[in-house]
Amino acid sequence: MLKIDKETCTGCGICVDECPYDALRLKDNVAVVDMDKCTLCGVCVDVCPVDAIEIEAASSHGKMNLDEYEGVWVLAEQRENKLLDVSAELVSEARKLADKLDEDVSAVLVGEDVKDEAEELIAYGADHVYVIEDEELKDYRTESYAHVISELIEHYKPEIVLLGATHNGRDLGPRLSTRLQTGLTADCTQLDIDDEEGILLQTRPAFGGNLMATIICSNHRPQMSTVRPGVMEKAEPDYDRVGDVTEVQADLGEETESEVKRKIVEISSHLHDADIFTKIKDIVKEASASVNLEDADIIVSGGRGVGSPEGFAVIEELAEVLGGEVGASRAVVDEGWIDQEHQVGQTGKNVQPRLYIACGISGAIQHRAGMETSDYIIAINTDEEADIFNICDYGIVGDLHEIVPLLTEGFSQE
Amino acid sequence: MDIVVCVKQVPDTNEVKIDPEEGTLIREGVPSIINPEDKNGIEEALKLKEEFGGTVTVLSMGPPQAEKALKEALAMGADEAILLSDKAFAGSDTLATSYILSCAIEQLDDFDMIFCGRQAIDGDTAQVGSQIAENLGIPQVTYVEDVKVEDNTVEVKRRLEDGYSVLETSLPVLLTVLGEVNEPRYPSIKGIVDAHSGETEVKKWGANKLGDVDQSKFGLSGSPTQVHDTFVPTHEKKAEILSGTPEEKAHKLIDKLKEEKVVSK
Repeated sequence: MLKIDKETCTGCGICVDECPYDALRLKDNVAVVDMDKCTLCGVCVDVCPVDAIEIEAASSHGKMNLDEYEGVWVLAEQRENKLLDVSAELVSEARKLADKLDEDVSAVLVGEDVKDEAEELIAYGADHVYVIEDEELKDYRTESYAHVISELIEHYKPEIVLLGATHNGRDLGPRLSTRLQTGLTADCTQLDIDDEEGILLQTRPAFGGNLMATIICSNHRPQMSTVRPGVMEKAEPDYDRVGDVTEVQADLGEETESEVKRKIVEISSHLHDADIFTKIKDIVKEASASVNLEDADIIVSGGRGVGSPEGFAVIEELAEVLGGEVGASRAVVDEGWIDQEHQVGQTGKNVQPRLYIACGISGAIQHRAGMETSDYIIAINTDEEADIFNICDYGIVGDLHEIVPLLTEGFSQE
Repeated sequence: MDIVVCVKQVPDTNEVKIDPEEGTLIREGVPSIINPEDKNGIEEALKLKEEFGGTVTVLSMGPPQAEKALKEALAMGADEAILLSDKAFAGSDTLATSYILSCAIEQLDDFDMIFCGRQAIDGDTAQVGSQIAENLGIPQVTYVEDVKVEDNTVEVKRRLEDGYSVLETSLPVLLTVLGEVNEPRYPSIKGIVDAHSGETEVKKWGANKLGDVDQSKFGLSGSPTQVHDTFVPTHEKKAEILSGTPEEKAHKLIDKLKEEKVVSK
């Protein structure tokens, strides 16, 4: 982009005469450019006697001024005005990263009536919380959220931006990174700061978790990562921590009367109705969605060895006696034996329970990627060669339909 | 209804085995397939074509071998298949990949819809679809499990962690679909014969086919992210196999778990 500073331009017309492409003219006594003709050759920049013209490097590959970027940000996520656990996990992690960089943690909270959750974010380690409230922002939508958040990022220039790898986070992250022309690393399981260069080391499983890859984003900012729920540890919340809350006025085309407590930062967020293509017709919560594998302390999982949908009964019984949840491998979810929300693994949920009992699961890398960091792994399988035995603490070679009921009986007797 | 489907050829990770001694991936002999959810994208496009008429164009960026995946797409019933293959594309991360695919889409005639799979099984990033939509400045819906087209709007069911939402958007739109959306058809015999006899052909485009675009945004130079390091994760597990009769095994396990205070009961 060719940028002409209207304040500095004296309207002398030298650039107009010198432009080899006839792309410049004078309007209201200042130079204006026709970008269709301009080739960014730079002649006008050189001839301008008052240095009013500059070529703004396309942010895509041009050199960003990396020093301008500072702070670790978390894009917090809420559903029905309640903060998701992953946001607290991310703020806890951001705190560690920011302490290494000697920088601040900021969290962004977007919604309709979400201010109250700011306290929670501060308790987990945020120094600043930016709250953007508008009725248009009540529920997540790609366009409106990408719009207000990208404006905020462009305005404040954070060095690092973290999002939860939830459905919405994984919808928003790539849209933002493309708009900002920066890198995004998906589903990180470990984050750290490089001691020498101070850049973010983003480690994620590759090839189904058999290989870990550390990804860096050296020359672009912000450095963006999504992190799966349940991967980072939540800090102990400290409700005496002090932080500030900034209410950001999102101008979404209509006047909004939001109550302003401390400081209002107005960003040029003109989101017109025409920019919002998507209409939410309905949001439905499903009863069966009570499976909470990420937070489970104990998970009893079934794989192909379970044999049939009915075969899951023994798995469910053991889970119930232990007060745990029921997990499953991709194979049985693909077979339709159990609902997808039970799926553990790279394309399912990432879990880290205290105890993981894998029944009739061979231990394909795609499954292991989602459960390998469990504290205790028990494997029950008829095939003594199964990979799962390589990563278990204790293994039993045998038929799960025989062993699992014995365990259920044994545990319930106590 | 003119539809573009973006697909990726991936190794069939269900077939990937681990070398037990080295702990590394054995990639030899692993078959390459169309990424499963991309195949659902092709199926959904073909279904809409059958209902409303129009064309289905399948697009893939990858090495020359990826032609095989596109031949399969043609055999399934796609009208046109384009392979984007060029040294200049090598080393592309998701940002560069989505830019290249977007440039190619802009070379095509107008389109009404773009389908992508939710994510590829070899990378699981789920980024390229949204990034294409952003590049083209069109709306997107991800995690789609049902699509209904009426007049000039699309109603989609989008999967959420705890339920689903129903969204309505205008055309053109980019949708990334889940495996639940449909059951992909098998290629017809005629389709297979046509695709392999040269009746239908995969077009091959290099960087020079993408028009007057910023080539520094291709490949490595256009990729903000780089791989810094890779390592094999280590696990220190006891891997103790319990012996005895089924009853003995079960009781040994219960005792061990209590001893080590894993379970309190």
